[in-house]
Amino acid sequence: MTFANAYWDRTNDPDALTSLAKRIRINAVRMTNSGNSSHVGSVLSIADILATLYGRVLRVDAANPRAPERDRFILSKGHAGAGVYAALAETGFFPIENLTRHYQNGSNLSGHVSHKNVPGVELSTGSLGHGLGVGTGMALAAKLQAKCHRVFVQMSDGECDEGSNWEAIQFAGHHRLDNLIAIIDYNKIQSLTSTEDTLALEPFADKWRAFNWAVREVDGHDIGALVRAFEAIPHEAGRPSCVIAHTTKGKGVSFMENNVLWHYRSPQGAEFAAALAELDADSNA
Amino acid sequence: MRDAFIRELTKAAERDPRIILITGDLGFGVLTDFAKQFPKQFLNAGVAEQNMTAIACGLALEGHKVFTYSIANFTTLRCLEQLRNDVCYHQADVTAVAVGGGFSYGQLGMSHFATEDIAILRALPEMKVFTPTGIWEAEEATKAIVADGGPAYLRLDKGKAASDAAQGEMFQTGKARMLRNGRDVCFIASGAILSEAIAAADVLAQEGISSRVLSLHTVKPLDTRAVADAARECGGIVTVEEHTVLGGVGGAVAEACLEAGALPGFFLRIGLPDVFPSIVGDQDYLRKEFSLDGASIATRTRECLGRISS
Repeated sequence: MTFANAYWDRTNDPDALTSLAKRIRINAVRMTNSGNSSHVGSVLSIADILATLYGRVLRVDAANPRAPERDRFILSKGHAGAGVYAALAETGFFPIENLTRHYQNGSNLSGHVSHKNVPGVELSTGSLGHGLGVGTGMALAAKLQAKCHRVFVQMSDGECDEGSNWEAIQFAGHHRLDNLIAIIDYNKIQSLTSTEDTLALEPFADKWRAFNWAVREVDGHDIGALVRAFEAIPHEAGRPSCVIAHTTKGKGVSFMENNVLWHYRSPQGAEFAAALAELDADSNA
Repeated sequence: MRDAFIRELTKAAERDPRIILITGDLGFGVLTDFAKQFPKQFLNAGVAEQNMTAIACGLALEGHKVFTYSIANFTTLRCLEQLRNDVCYHQADVTAVAVGGGFSYGQLGMSHFATEDIAILRALPEMKVFTPTGIWEAEEATKAIVADGGPAYLRLDKGKAASDAAQGEMFQTGKARMLRNGRDVCFIASGAILSEAIAAADVLAQEGISSRVLSLHTVKPLDTRAVADAARECGGIVTVEEHTVLGGVGGAVAEACLEAGALPGFFLRIGLPDVFPSIVGDQDYLRKEFSLDGASIATRTRECLGRISS
């Protein structure tokens, strides 16, 4: 049997993905506002990717979040957990009102994504450089068990400084894990400054290719392009796929875009109102 | 111990296709037969222990029982965060196997001394810590881990103590074994260095001092009852470990005594002081050098006994 994306089955409307991305952004701004928390820019950067994955590409079903044949998604850049919680809630994994518990005392919706008592989260992360290795193990298990599901790992660009990733990249290329997909949120800004000024990633795509991965570069905010890239997986038989998504940190809120400040700053007061206004939060998205 | 572990794992792997052994590019000659017999249950992850441990977690989350294998600190400290965040937090069925506890690789230098691992690993929630003292316990610990699942740490020494089973004896995770009963002092030892505790007990016996000897093959969960009983029933407690005295067996036993309100007449931790050994030598040499051998343990125990009786 084929296991499809249950949300897409219900909506089956390309505009639904744009709307989903918008709601992920609005939720993220609200969650980081009420939690007075960081990393809103990191969430806005991957909102379109998350909408594309949870809204269409991932073979997942909110009614059966542990279905053995589901695709696995790991958020290795765990600090953007608010985005995954929002995507899960908006696609029916748990009630949207639970999102108000993010960052609150006693909540299991931790700032860095956690799987404990959160339906749909495969792996808890937060320390960078863990997700790809575990995802590689999951992809290897699928091969050993002759299963058809895929393993998607959403990474950040700055995260690629971690050497553990390159161990996994070498392993996955060597073992020809073409059911493994690494997605890079390449917004070119990391914690303190640009990726190029920190530890230059370029020539980035060539590095992945040199480790026997198939690489595609896409506009990470062009949902159509993302769908095409993900639907063509594996990009080459016998090679894991790397989708380098060129993104804008803080995408969707003009004063947050390409501004390292919004890696940390929480939207409060007038900035909160302005962000919601820019995201058209009052409309029925 | 290493061979005992491989022997038991081979038997288990035959019965259970979920078992996977991953090596960090070590085990030349030792793992060859396993690899040949179970090509789909064996993997060389290369010299990349962080990834080895992360992969083990991914495999375990998909239903496998995974054993990671390497020397000394490479399956533990090198990939500690993968053990903590990936394996333990997700309660993944992964067992980190370290060959060469303590000074097993005494000539290779400090990089190959596993002398802080027990303290560090026992601090991880969900992690069980096995430190067999001899061949039988290494076999039984392996069986127990296969049956009960990880997260677990299995520390295998090169040497072995004479701690084989008594007739009909059953191994129980977390249950210390009384190898000898006595009342003047209780030696509580983990790992192959139990042999030195037994040697010390033999020396003291010749002087009329009777010793209880506990084999502590599981440091976590700890047999707090056996520890408290020892504190109450024996004149004092001596912990013996080829490991730093900070936070390992000595620390665990001391915590258990105090929390049980069972204060031993004296308390002595035999182990490495808070220093890095910068010399090398075989295991026996280094034990003598750091006063971990039977004669030194007997001398230090005698001093404690003298202090309380004077």
